[in-house]
Amino acid sequence: MAFRRSDPAATADAELVASLRAGDETAFVALAGRHQASMLRLASTFVPSTAIAEEVVQDTWVAVLRGIDGFDGRASFKTWLLAILVNRAKSTGISEARSTATGDAGPAVDRSRFDPGGAWASPPRHWIEESEDRLLARGLRTRLESALRRLPSRQRAVVILRDVDGLTSEEVCRVLELSAVNQRVLLHRARGHLRAAVEEFVEA
Amino acid sequence: MTDYLEGSLPRGERRRLEAHLADCPHCTEYLAQMRATIRLTGRLEPDDLSAEMREDLGEVYRRWRDAR
Repeated sequence: MAFRRSDPAATADAELVASLRAGDETAFVALAGRHQASMLRLASTFVPSTAIAEEVVQDTWVAVLRGIDGFDGRASFKTWLLAILVNRAKSTGISEARSTATGDAGPAVDRSRFDPGGAWASPPRHWIEESEDRLLARGLRTRLESALRRLPSRQRAVVILRDVDGLTSEEVCRVLELSAVNQRVLLHRARGHLRAAVEEFVEA
Repeated sequence: MTDYLEGSLPRGERRRLEAHLADCPHCTEYLAQMRATIRLTGRLEPDDLSAEMREDLGEVYRRWRDAR
């Protein structure tokens, strides 16, 4: 099976896939464990409740096993898996009401922070040298998680896949069936909201 | 900014943005904050499989294996 060189996560997935094909139940459960959080987060952007998201995840594993012999390793296992998940989630037919093409229309930075000439009226204060460990320890994690939950569903799906799960932009486009331009617009808005959440937390 | 971070800004616009960044500490700060936010988001921890989920998945797997 061809998997991307020098990607330890993809290599570990490929090994687990080989074991599960050979009948190893623990390999299957380990594989499910590795992807559980990503799958639940992504499923939650399509359906209205955690319970339904969990059903979608379970359905996805049934579909994965059914299709595993057709998985040729050209895409990474994760990309293949998440594309199946998106399909399963959409086929529940109870997708969250979608807003327009790219979700909310708000700018990434509040306009009041610029003067009429477009210069920064209220420039960003310097906070990034506060250690990231300290920021996370002080409850920023909770704040970020809740900012993530409040994002419009498509922005949430894109930023979860890119920045939490570390997929490439090409993989995100494949999983969510988005154009490259749309992917970037959604990512831009989502990251803008998250940056604002971090800023609010640091400056509170 | 996102197009810049994603490496998808055309060369001319990239040069213009970089020239602006060299002169504008605020936009430089903003860009650094975007990078920090991306790093922070990337460190949100996954949750573990619940025991119930583990059991359900084991059953899904055994049914598949037995039907093969």
